Amino acid sequence: MFERRHLLGLEGVSAEEITFLLDSAESFKEVSEREIKKVPTLRGRTVVNLFYESSTRTRTSFEIAAKRLSADTINLSASASSASKGETLTDTARNLAAMRPDAIVVRHPSAGAPHLLARHVDCPIINAGDGAHEHPTQALLDLLTIRSHKGQIAGLTVAIVGDLLHSRVARSNLFGLRTMGARVRFVGPPTLVPPQFADLGAELVNDLHEGLRDADVIMMLRIQRERMNGRYFSSLDEYSRLYCLSVDAVAKARRDVIILHPGPMNRGVEISSTVADGPYSVIMDQVTNGVAVRMAALYVLVGRRRGIEADDGEHSTRDAGTAGGRTAGAAALPLRRAAAAE
Amino acid sequence: MRVLQSDPPSRVVLDAAGVGRALARIAHEVVERNKGIVDLGIIGIRSRGDHLALRLQGEIRKLEVEEVPFGAMDITLYRDDITRGADHAVIKSTEIPWVVDGKTILLVDDVLFTGRTIRAALDALMDFGRPRAIQLAVLVDRGHRELPIRADYVGKNLPTQHSEKVQVRLRETDGIDEVAILPPPSAAPAGAALPPAARPARRA
Repeated sequence: MFERRHLLGLEGVSAEEITFLLDSAESFKEVSEREIKKVPTLRGRTVVNLFYESSTRTRTSFEIAAKRLSADTINLSASASSASKGETLTDTARNLAAMRPDAIVVRHPSAGAPHLLARHVDCPIINAGDGAHEHPTQALLDLLTIRSHKGQIAGLTVAIVGDLLHSRVARSNLFGLRTMGARVRFVGPPTLVPPQFADLGAELVNDLHEGLRDADVIMMLRIQRERMNGRYFSSLDEYSRLYCLSVDAVAKARRDVIILHPGPMNRGVEISSTVADGPYSVIMDQVTNGVAVRMAALYVLVGRRRGIEADDGEHSTRDAGTAGGRTAGAAALPLRRAAAAE
Repeated sequence: MRVLQSDPPSRVVLDAAGVGRALARIAHEVVERNKGIVDLGIIGIRSRGDHLALRLQGEIRKLEVEEVPFGAMDITLYRDDITRGADHAVIKSTEIPWVVDGKTILLVDDVLFTGRTIRAALDALMDFGRPRAIQLAVLVDRGHRELPIRADYVGKNLPTQHSEKVQVRLRETDGIDEVAILPPPSAAPAGAALPPAARPARRA
């Protein structure tokens, strides 16, 4: 059951809610395998993709997900939007809201931007990445990938390696994985693994080989070159010597380890090509699962907003109360959490 | 504390033996009408239609040498009333591991009521291909159609009031084979509403 109005992050989302989203996503996978990859579920609904940061994978994935549910999609990027003319995020959001979209998917360089939007518009907001804060659908697709390969998430040891400091993927995964009962190790140089992460339940390890020992899952993070200017390590060369996921490093993990990467990959920097294309890699599964997870999120947040009487009486007695009640009762995550995570 | 007279009386209209006989008869009718089972496929609508479909497949197997291919469909995504997560729970999988093109499809559901579920199922089926024909088998037809849809095979015709609930329970999901009519909730004495936990698994 997922009763929230928005999907802003995985912090505070319960195991039941996550399981519900993953189970739904599992069923949506089948739609993408059909010859006609479309169901009429969200016919007549409009989904706005509002991207203030460049993105290929996530934006395409959301757009395909919406289209496979028959929703109309509109893509707005920062360069083409009135943000480049000086409009504030709130004003942009209000104007969009006045055009009555049924959901807004937003990516923004500032943590908390989706939460701000959620307070100013009356349609569901899906966070597609806010600064270094959260990226919930990425974590959900990672969880789905892990679950389908390992059967369950509880009890697994997951090593997340690389630039944890700047990674919203790592934060969302940390919340999701901990909630689902996995052990999470953050592995990287001390400059990129601040000690505060320990308070959120991660084990912090600086040595790659040590961090990978007996891991069931290795999740590599991209070294965000655009954020590195010699402050966090002396050179890419040095970083890759110490932290590049090589065949030798993988050997430290369990024999049935799976390797994830949210993309885009820097081959030869954080992951060797041999490993990226090797048998343990489930990176392409992640991309496939991404569409299913986003279909589930859109279905859950957008699909159930309409309140027409059910035909076979299964729900009719409860219809009247739910539509309005949900709207009023669902609260956005408080913004201070976003600030705290930065 | 339990108030005894608060439980509205439910009326069993089909017991386990009745359900079994109905399915056996439908199997015979299907084979007779289609002059065998060439190019026949069975698809059940989740949840419960799929179990009935599997049983029909078994009944037909007793009459014919070949096995009729089986599939199951979740039609939630095709409904005209997609709403609230409340009871819609998780979307279940659709599995039709064979080509529907050119086949005669026997669509199976537990209760035929307004016809909207079947409308959705027809739409869903068309997205999988172009069947030669579609026939409909239901365990119970309770009337009150809102769309021009009829069943080809009916286990039991059950005249009901619109406000009554028809409850189908099956071994696979509920541990017992039984069809019962439940009176409308308002017919119960004041203050006697069933607690949520006591709500039957499915009312149709």
